[in-house]
This record gives sequence, C-alpha cells and structure tokens, in this order.
Amino acid sequence: MDKKTSILSPLKALKYLFKKPKTLRYPFELKEPAMRYRGLHLNDWDKCTGCGNCADVCPNEAIEMKEIPEIEAKDGERNERPEIDYGRCCFCGLCVDICPTASLRLSRDYLHIHFDPKTFRLLAKDEKTDKEHFLPEEEYSIFKASLAHRREKYEGFSPDLDYALFDPERVKMSEVPPEERKASFIEQVKGFSAEEAQKEASRCLECKLCEEVCPAEMNISDYVRNIWDDNLEEAARDIYKTNPLPEICGRVCTHNCESACVLGNQGEPLSIRWLKRYVVDNIPLEKYQKVLGTEEIKSIDRKVAIVGAGPGGLAAAYYLRLMGYETVIFERSSKPGGMMRYGIPEYRLPYEALDKDIEYIKSIGVEIKCNTTVGESISLNDLEDKYDAVFVSTGFHIGRSTGVPGTEHPGVFQAIELLRKVTMGEKIKVTEKIVVIGGGDVAMDISRTLSRLQMKKFGTVGVTVSCLETRDIMPATPEEIEEALEEGIKLYPGWGPEKIIMEYEKIKGIVMKKCLRVFDEEGKFNPEFDTREKIEFDGSMIIEAIGQAPDFTFLSEDIKEKLEYEGRKIKIDEYGQTSLSWLFIGGDLVRGPDVINAIDTGHKAARGIDKLISAKE
Amino acid sequence: MREVELFFGPQHLGMVGNFSITLNVEGDKILKATANPGFLHRGFEKLMEYRTWMQNFPLVCRINVVEPDHMEMVYAMAVEKLAGIEVPERAEWIRSIYLELARVGSHLFGLWAYSNMLGFDTVAQWAMYHRDLILDLFEELTGGRVYHIYIWPGGVRRDFPEGFTNKIVETLHSIGKCVPDYNDIFFNNPLFYERTHGIGKITREEAEKWGGVGQVLRATGKPFDIRKVEPYAAYDKVDFDIPTREEGDAYSRIMVIRDEMIESVHLIFKLIEGLPEGEVYNKVPNPFKWKIGEGESYVRVESSRGELGLYLVSDGGDKPYRVHFRTPSYSHGLTILEKVLEGANISDVGNIMISMYVVAPEIDR
Repeated sequence: MDKKTSILSPLKALKYLFKKPKTLRYPFELKEPAMRYRGLHLNDWDKCTGCGNCADVCPNEAIEMKEIPEIEAKDGERNERPEIDYGRCCFCGLCVDICPTASLRLSRDYLHIHFDPKTFRLLAKDEKTDKEHFLPEEEYSIFKASLAHRREKYEGFSPDLDYALFDPERVKMSEVPPEERKASFIEQVKGFSAEEAQKEASRCLECKLCEEVCPAEMNISDYVRNIWDDNLEEAARDIYKTNPLPEICGRVCTHNCESACVLGNQGEPLSIRWLKRYVVDNIPLEKYQKVLGTEEIKSIDRKVAIVGAGPGGLAAAYYLRLMGYETVIFERSSKPGGMMRYGIPEYRLPYEALDKDIEYIKSIGVEIKCNTTVGESISLNDLEDKYDAVFVSTGFHIGRSTGVPGTEHPGVFQAIELLRKVTMGEKIKVTEKIVVIGGGDVAMDISRTLSRLQMKKFGTVGVTVSCLETRDIMPATPEEIEEALEEGIKLYPGWGPEKIIMEYEKIKGIVMKKCLRVFDEEGKFNPEFDTREKIEFDGSMIIEAIGQAPDFTFLSEDIKEKLEYEGRKIKIDEYGQTSLSWLFIGGDLVRGPDVINAIDTGHKAARGIDKLISAKE
Repeated sequence: MREVELFFGPQHLGMVGNFSITLNVEGDKILKATANPGFLHRGFEKLMEYRTWMQNFPLVCRINVVEPDHMEMVYAMAVEKLAGIEVPERAEWIRSIYLELARVGSHLFGLWAYSNMLGFDTVAQWAMYHRDLILDLFEELTGGRVYHIYIWPGGVRRDFPEGFTNKIVETLHSIGKCVPDYNDIFFNNPLFYERTHGIGKITREEAEKWGGVGQVLRATGKPFDIRKVEPYAAYDKVDFDIPTREEGDAYSRIMVIRDEMIESVHLIFKLIEGLPEGEVYNKVPNPFKWKIGEGESYVRVESSRGELGLYLVSDGGDKPYRVHFRTPSYSHGLTILEKVLEGANISDVGNIMISMYVVAPEIDR
C-alpha cells in the first residue's frame, strides 16, 4: 500500500453531499448536443439530385431511394429522395461525407419514441421543404420530440469539401497553350496518359445520372470503371454497344453527361469525354475487329441504303452491318464524315481521328459510295426499288442568313460554307478585320478557324464575334467561348445586326443594335431590340453563323406528297420511320444538331429497319 | 466435500459484459474454471470481408464498446500500411491526443466497473461522471459520444474545432482536481487494499508465457508498451513514462491503471503543446473505386488494455480478404483467467476477472 490512511478517511466524501448535484434531471434539464452532433438526417430537397450515393455508401443499407412522383426531375436528376431506416442507421455520417450536392446533413436532434416501428423510417427533409414538422425553438418541445416534431435551425454534422469522400478536382488535361495553338491547326487537347486517365476514372461515383441524359444512353459508368481497372478492351466493348464513333465523340461531343455529373455540383464534373477518347486512342485500328469481336459477321441477303455519311448514317450502317445486313452509304462529298469533316475544324477533331472511326466501320463491310448525290446520280425512288429499306440522314448544310440590308454582298459569307472550303483545302482570302454574327459552336469554330488563317497571313488576330444572346445564355459550349477569348477573339454578346455599312461597294463594317431579349415569355425565339443604343464594328468580311437548315432537294415530288407531316416536320415514330414504311430518317433532320443525337437516331433506325425487315419474313 | 459445478454469468452479480465462467468448486475453493465466451459474437471479422475499405471504418469501432478509438486506429494504420497512404503530421498528433483521451475515458470506465464490483459505489459514480466529461469532448470533436468514428485511413475526419485544446486542458484539470478524493476514498483505502492485495497473483514469467500484455504484464514489473516498443502516431515525438509495479496481483494492476491515467493526462498536455499546424487528411480514393493491391499487413497499438493487433490481407480487391484482430482480452480473459482462478476463492471471481480488465466484446468478434 502506497500511503497509509485512516479507515475514516473515506468519510471525506461526505462533503459532496453539500455540493450542487452534477446529474441532469432529464428531460426538465437538457444538455445541448455538440455543434457536430450526428443525429437525425436533414435533406435539402431543392439541392438533392436523387443520385443515390448516400444509399450506396451506407454500410448498413439503411438508406433507400424513394420515388417521389410530385417532384419533377430536371435533366440529370432523379425524382428520388433518400429514406432512412433508423432501425439500421448507425449514425456514422458516411452518407453526409459522400453527398456530392451537400444536401444531406445530420441534425442535432436524436429523439424518436413511438410504439409503431413503421414510423422509424424517415423521408429526410429540412425546414425549407417541411415547414409542418420543423418548428422554431420556442414552439419545439422535448416532450413531443420525434421524427415528426423536429427543431428547425438545428444542423449538426455537415459536409465539408476538404473531408468529402469524393474528389472535387479534375485531373488537369494538358493542352497546347493559346499562343502556340492560335497560329496552327494542331489539336488543342493532348489527351490523358494511362496514369491520368485511371486517376480521373477513379473519381466516378457510379450514380449513373450521366447515362440518363446521354442521348445515346451510353454505358458511361461501365466504361469508366473499366478504365479505372485498366481494362481498355472491355471499355471499348462497352462504348461500342451504343456509340460507333468514339474517337469523334471523345473529342467534340456536346457532353450532356458532364453537365449532369454530380461531381459538378460542388466541384468539377468527371472528364467523361476525354476518358472515352483515351480508350480508343490507345487501341490501334488493326486490333479493333479482334477486340470488338467483329472479325466474322454472318451476312444475310438483305440490303439497306443509307443517304449521308455523317454520324447518323455511319451509326445506322454500323449497327445494321453487325446484324448482317449489306449496307451501302451514298455520300455527296468526296469523303465521308458529313458535318464532322466539313463543319468541325481540324484543331478540335483531327482528320486521323475521324478517319480511324470511319475506317473501322468500313472494315466490317460497310460500303461508302462517295461523290454520289441522291436526287441527282441516283433517285430515292431507285433506292426504294433496289433496297429493302432506306435511311436518310443528310443533315443541315444550308446556312441561314440574317437577311439584314447588305447580306447579298459577295463579301458576306456563310460560316458553314467557309468551314467546308477550309476542309477541302480551298484558299480563303481572309482580311485583317472580320465580324462573325452568331453565338453557337459554329460561330466559335469559324472565328477560331479564320483567326488562325489571319495569324498565318498577317500575324495578328482581328475577329469580332457578336450575338443576340448574353454571355450566360450563349448556345456555344463555355469551354469553346473561353478558348476563343484566350486566342484573342473579341466577343460582344447581346447585340443584333441592323445593317452592313458599305463604302464604294466594299464592306466597311456592320451596325449592331442592343438586344433586349432573345426569347419571349412563351420561350419562343422573338428578339426585341433597343434601336437607340447602337455599336459599330469595323470589318471587310462579314460571316453569318446563326444556324443551318436542311436541304430536301433529294426528295422527289411524289415522295414529298406521300409523306405525312407534323407541323413543318416529317412525321416519324420512335425508330425514325416515316409514313412510308421503307423510309427512315435521322441525324440533324430529327434531333440535335449534334453528333451524339445523330448517332442515337442512327442506332434507333437500325433497330427499326431490322424490325421492319424481320417482320416481312 | 462435494464438487459442484457453478455458473458465473452471463447474468451474475460482479459479472460485467456478456461473458460467463463455469466453475468447478469445492466449498469456497475453485478447482477448475472454464471461460465461456461467445455471448456477444457478432461476426465482425467475417462481416468486414463483405464491406468495402471505407464501409469498414464505421464498423471496427463497434468491436470494443468501451474503447472504440484504438480499434479505429489499428484499422486505419493497417489500411494505410497496406495501401501506402501517408498521414499528415498534424493528423498524427491529433490521433495521439485523441487516443490518450480514449485511454483516460476507458480507464475511468474500468474504474467504475472495478469499484462497483467491490462495492465502492461512490467512486463508481464519480468515475462514470468523469468519463462523461471525456465523452463530452469526444462529442464536440466527432459528433458522437460513444462511437466516435473519427480516425479514418488517410488522417482524421475533421480538424479540432476552435478552442478545443483549451477545452481538453480545462476538462482534464477538473478531473485531476478530484484525484486526492479518489485516493482517499479508494486507492489508499485499507478496505480496498485488503480486498485486492495478493489476489489473482501471477509472476512475470507466467504472464509472458500466457500472452499477458498491458497492465497484466506491467503489474509484474515489465515495462512493455507498444507506444515505446513500436511507436506509432506521434508517440515518438514526446517523452512519457511507463508505470509499472512488481507484485503482479489485482492491487498492482489497478494501481498501474491509476498511474497510467495520470501519465496520459501529462502526455496529452505535452502533445497539445507540440501540436503542429497543417492538414489533417490526405484524401483516399472514393469508396466505390478503392482497391488495395495484393498484400498483407500486421499493425499493433497499445490500447488501454494492452497490445491490440490487426492482421489485414488484401487480394487486390475493394474489400479485405481476411481480417483478424489480436485483442488483449482474448489472452487475459481466456488463458490467464482460467489459470489464475484455479485455487482462488469463489468470492474473488469477479474481482480477479475485472482486475484482468477483461472486456467481453473484444473476445467475441
């Protein structure tokens, strides 16, 4: 024994009889939970996208995603919200740390007493969406505390980006710097290395919201997982299930998927487009047939004609060929690719990448007849006679004009025609100052193409872009606008053209008027201007890039008459089948305009054609 | 006299935890004792093979109710070793402070169990109250009172809230002020001495042979402590002592616990003083895309009961292939307890068992 004490010394404890007791007389005396307390859940329904990551990470499977019919899900969201089973919840808060929107939090209240175990399930809400159950402090009573009687402004354990279970930052893509790239047509984006791609792929949470917005319904999370797993061949097989043009889409896709990616809520979305490109960039063309299992395709004695070798036509041809059909594509131009070749500049989509995708489609037996204009060399009626079905996807190749005074001048060009000429290698006489009208991707493409030509000729950039839309609603993808600005292009959003200024029959510039609004209350295109406020741009070359229209000259009069219409559009079903059962249409004629929508319409038409021909037999 | 088989626990006065001992007694004398674990078997080790690396993090703490923190630590360390994850300097210090707080909390809980069993109810109440003050600190830091779910692979889950270190110091001082009262009423009380002196005695050789660690070994005079033997977290950055006693009986074991508590408090003060600034978490891959390369790791820490080890095997997948814990209560509660109880008096069963600091959940994983 360390120290001898008297047997009476424990009596010292009696002094505590006269001290204030430490025990709390609960529930009359309450103890405030700590600020980080992990209690019952709170969920901000406005922020929640229904991605379900909370349910997936929950170690106890306590969270179930419940469909809420009243919620109208926006693009890239689901009308599902987490329901927590408090019989299973262990209050670990992993659901909070994984929540990419920071909508899910834990509150500081923790009480629920009820005789019915069914009431232990909670469709978590917060005071914003559930005024009935969340009460201000003065109305709240601990005696009624339950899942249906909660205290408002009582947030506890909250998400913190520094400790989140996901990585909000992208792996940086290496690009050619603006100074270097603006004088040449070399590809701007360099592509991921294997290590970078795997690191980027490892950010994916697999909630699959991206797949729901992809027009082609690509198996994104499957191929991203395979990239992470370093299984490129399997990834390529995943991609080719619904997209036969990955080299192209991996570069120029409008990537709706990335806008839907939940990681974008608090950070940067996954680089899905670059990851797709990484897969196919790293598989040589010679290996494609082996990797994709298309070395031997059993042909069937049925023929399908396809008009237009753009993304729609190529996709339809590819999937029809896989089913065994003999497919022939008729293409007006000297090379296949359509708008992807003649509309998209080389620095965004190099011709080798385009050719690789097309070469593979040709290698499995798709025949492409170039320099063959349907309606001239061969008529649509001939195709009807010689083939079991016809798929038309001719795209939008006629540029629209603003129609303002002066546009008839030969110094006013259509963007789409110029882009075509650049691809064909024709010489374009650029001037030192050019004005581009339009705010879409085509406007950016022509501006950046012409600025490169200006750099070659004059060593400076002198392109001014002006459009009706303000910067926030410009239809061009934000990266493209950003890159154009980096390359020295001047941007004036929110102006509409009034007239072109002439001086002795030469173009001197253009007068623009302030655009007050682009769309009316019903959302229709109906611009309104303030003619008092004007601006003048100098330029001896004016480019119109305000949109394109289809060219239907290939349709003969009798077919035009037989077709049924819905408004001004040709009536079609889900497969793109027109009222003439042998005729299917797709591509920009139906949806878009972009590559991925065209691919989907082509794929759907392939299925529709297969259904039609199989039914006949 | 006739030999009688007697069941001590799982429902019995003096038995804490879901544990039982079958005793063969002759009169008051125990002839043979057989420990009966398994009442709390929850299959954690198997369950962990079915959960991802991150999903196991909130699970491991539940293995030991009394002291979840060292379980978290040992799991985080094993994963970090397996996956080659670096931990920021500040996180290592925070981990040490946190683990020492856990040691104090756990020892107070042990003091409650022991004094309660001996009939010193007042001390038991005090110990429980003081443990609650430690739990308040945990609540403020982590959001949970009992299961803190705080140390995770890559660091710790959140940094200290503002003014937290001051709060730790204040709380520890308020507990420390009561140490003289604890001494008067309990540790220096002749009744306590009489009840524990010479009870459940083992020699150093026996303790080593039977797998004794922690207080069981230190009470026999061997200063064996993983914090010194194989330093982890920030334990090699600060100086501290290993309290020992020579007698190897229940009394010295409890006195070692008492001394350790005081040493831990001083250690926390030193750690707070040296606490560096900086990050506290190095991000690990997201839970759905986290695979750890093939391999195995064995790590050990000094829990409040002694050496706690974890053997973790990965087959390259997103879940552990095999998990096995080496818990101090396993050897203390099964091997040593059975040996020590042989020949002991029936009234000392609970006394000896709790002096061994046996926590049944640790045995049943």
